[in-house]
Amino acid sequence: MTSIDLTAPRDQPHWLDVASRYRVALTLAFLVIFPWITPYEALAVNILVLGLYALGFNLVFGYTGLLSFGHAAFLGTGAYGCGIAIVSYKIGWFGAILIGTASATLLGVVMGFLAIRTRGIYFAMVTLALSMCVYYAFYQMQSLTGGENGLRGVNLQTISVLGVSLPFINPTVKYYVILAFVAVAIWLFSRILASPFGAVLEAIRENEERARACGYDVARTKLVAFIISGAFCGLAGALNAIHLSIVPIETLHYTTSGQVVMMSLLGGMGTFFGPFVGAAAFLLIEDVLAMLTSHWQLFVGIIFIVFVLFFPRGIWGSLLQWAERK
Amino acid sequence: MSDPVLVAQNIGMSFGGFVALKNVSVSFARGKLTAVIGPNGAGKSTFFNVISGALTPTAGQISFDGRDITGTPPHLFARMGIAKSFQITNVFPELTARENVRVAAQALSERFQLFRNRDSYGALIDKADALLTLVGLGARRFNRARELAHGEQRSLEIAMALAADPKLLLLDEPTAGMSPEETREMMNLIARLAEQRTIVLVEHKMKLVMGLAEHLVVLHHGELLAQGSSDDIRNNDEVKRVYLGQGAVAVGGRA
Repeated sequence: MTSIDLTAPRDQPHWLDVASRYRVALTLAFLVIFPWITPYEALAVNILVLGLYALGFNLVFGYTGLLSFGHAAFLGTGAYGCGIAIVSYKIGWFGAILIGTASATLLGVVMGFLAIRTRGIYFAMVTLALSMCVYYAFYQMQSLTGGENGLRGVNLQTISVLGVSLPFINPTVKYYVILAFVAVAIWLFSRILASPFGAVLEAIRENEERARACGYDVARTKLVAFIISGAFCGLAGALNAIHLSIVPIETLHYTTSGQVVMMSLLGGMGTFFGPFVGAAAFLLIEDVLAMLTSHWQLFVGIIFIVFVLFFPRGIWGSLLQWAERK
Repeated sequence: MSDPVLVAQNIGMSFGGFVALKNVSVSFARGKLTAVIGPNGAGKSTFFNVISGALTPTAGQISFDGRDITGTPPHLFARMGIAKSFQITNVFPELTARENVRVAAQALSERFQLFRNRDSYGALIDKADALLTLVGLGARRFNRARELAHGEQRSLEIAMALAADPKLLLLDEPTAGMSPEETREMMNLIARLAEQRTIVLVEHKMKLVMGLAEHLVVLHHGELLAQGSSDDIRNNDEVKRVYLGQGAVAVGGRA
């Protein structure tokens, strides 16, 4: 409250603020050219799908401050929902993706309802336990899910888009079809973040008690965030099912829940583009290290520890911080 | 006191075997500044938490505007019109000062709006800026809350509490940990706010509220020791006795 005003209203917005305003367009522009800079297209699709998985996870982890250790349940339910619809019920690919997403959303309602009142480590444990229940449920339903062998035969040779038949087997076509879904998801995600509801999520992350004192129903807000997060991760799962033509049972394994935590931390939690950076970094590290050594997981672990200790903002978060200071 | 805004009746609060409040009955008059004072361990903070909804009393009843609100969940207190600032600085550290107040103001109307842009609610932003100016933080609105000085964060908190258009503003030791100058500014701000609002101020330092508060409530060992005007309290032998050695009563006067 001195007379020297260091912080007058910013007449000239920082270029990062401008970039942030166009974050959807910039992200999509990058994703459109992305397959041209990756070594092979299947990797680009993997990064795209897992990026969406990390994006959905980021809503609860990065923006609301809830560490869930059970998000594999959403990826897996989305994947199985979509795969079963195609394999067992011969439903069209588009309907199947919607079914997969809806199944994961529904699971979000149930899991969220049971878990949301716990906090911190207890929330992580409850979500982990519930996701293990989901794992065993799908494992046991062999006739529908293929049990241990995973669900096979989610083959889409060609898909029909508004009457036009497209060769889905072609990696480039596959990438852009999946990108169309991811694009809509990214746009929706950005709108949610920018909305008053998004502001409440940040407020809860920053200070739950204060948010409650302001008049927000913290438990209900968290529940809604958890369900939305489940929906995004479910969509990622459904897309993964048609991408891989198979749903491995490992999709539901708790290591898949751990992977998304790693991707978020690598990329930068609570940043818009971080999930895609994290997914790319994670898959590249895995790819490169697996070529060099059979003990690659050891090195992934070391890299992970280095990030947690020295770059808690992750790759993208650290870059943003560096750019902000310039 | 014909039209009390908040009435606490026979409030009792115990934690396990420990009795923090015993049979406390106080009425808070509308439009006035009431101070709740008492030495350390008097039960001031517990009483504050009870009337602000953070704790549900184990005995007695709280009514607000004539309605029994005992046991209402804390987040509904703000929506009913009871806003509070905390004893420990309690803001959203990584958000800008403006966003802190804007999100507090938003709680009245837009809690589950997912699709409109938050910047399209110009009235909320204007309200946030006006409140920041009121508490002297107008020029700091683009700073993150964690970048503000301690005293500024306390002022920010008051702006956040005001954002809910409260019928009753509860302040828990708003000058705790402040420098003398910050304390002076804060007390001036409270005096200004009290001209148009109903305020309950919980304070440890009696001299700060003497002369400023229209009504004083003194707690001691969890019980109501005395209440009345500044003069009543200053001349009360019981109060003098419990504050003896703290040198607070003798000072008196306006802070």
